[in-house]
Amino acid sequence: MRTSTRGQRLATARRSAVAPAPVEVEEPGGEDATEQDRPWIVIVWNDPINLMSYVTFVFRKLFGYDEAKATKLMLQVHREGKAVVSGGTREKAEHDVARLHAHGLWATMRQD
Amino acid sequence: MSAASGVWRTPEGFALSLSEEERELLRNLQTQLTSLLAEAPADPSLRRLFPPAYEEDDRAEEEYRELMQGDLTESHREALGVVEQTIDREYLVEAEAHSWLAALNSLRLALGTRLGVTEELYDEFDPRGPDAPAIGVYLYLTWLQEQFVEALATGL
Repeated sequence: MRTSTRGQRLATARRSAVAPAPVEVEEPGGEDATEQDRPWIVIVWNDPINLMSYVTFVFRKLFGYDEAKATKLMLQVHREGKAVVSGGTREKAEHDVARLHAHGLWATMRQD
Repeated sequence: MSAASGVWRTPEGFALSLSEEERELLRNLQTQLTSLLAEAPADPSLRRLFPPAYEEDDRAEEEYRELMQGDLTESHREALGVVEQTIDREYLVEAEAHSWLAALNSLRLALGTRLGVTEELYDEFDPRGPDAPAIGVYLYLTWLQEQFVEALATGL
């Protein structure tokens, strides 16, 4: 149940929201494809203030993406209005959203 | 003529070459934003510093906000505090440069939101308009933030 773990999940997100080092990706295991287990995606939305160079920089810093991948995602945000930048368990998505918010990016999450 | 302004990665750290006027401006801006965060966290110009995490689930968003708002505010305040403490320095260490970058981004988000900045800012800029001085400050912050991105990106 998602409510039973949310305190722990958010505690994890809080502890590491401002951690400077890239965090390893936690791949979801082979769970049953129930409603709760459907993966979550993290979306970054275009905005007129955040600089293209800064958005690319944040993707590299937080997710450890190389410059080509980070630039491609940034351009997708810029041209298409949004891009999926990470995903996984709900816990990981909340963690990533919190870190993106700490860096001033407009990030949201939803179940895929 | 004065020496070139900006930020560079050097063997001694991140060289911060800014005039007294620039440092005074940055000091004032960071003081204003720090006060606003403490005294008027619901001010509309701070909206972009606290984006929603959940768009389709009001209850989840409310819970997320309750648990995360304090930490997010603290994260913004911390970065601004580093700018305050190091405003007169000639050199910054890397962690301080990261804080400057975050603080400059927060300042641009707040000022840009207040000014209603759009992607057509450069095309529509009216040097005689009432917002021209504030837009000038915004563009200065943009230039300085680019300097920090460039200097820090070489270390990734």
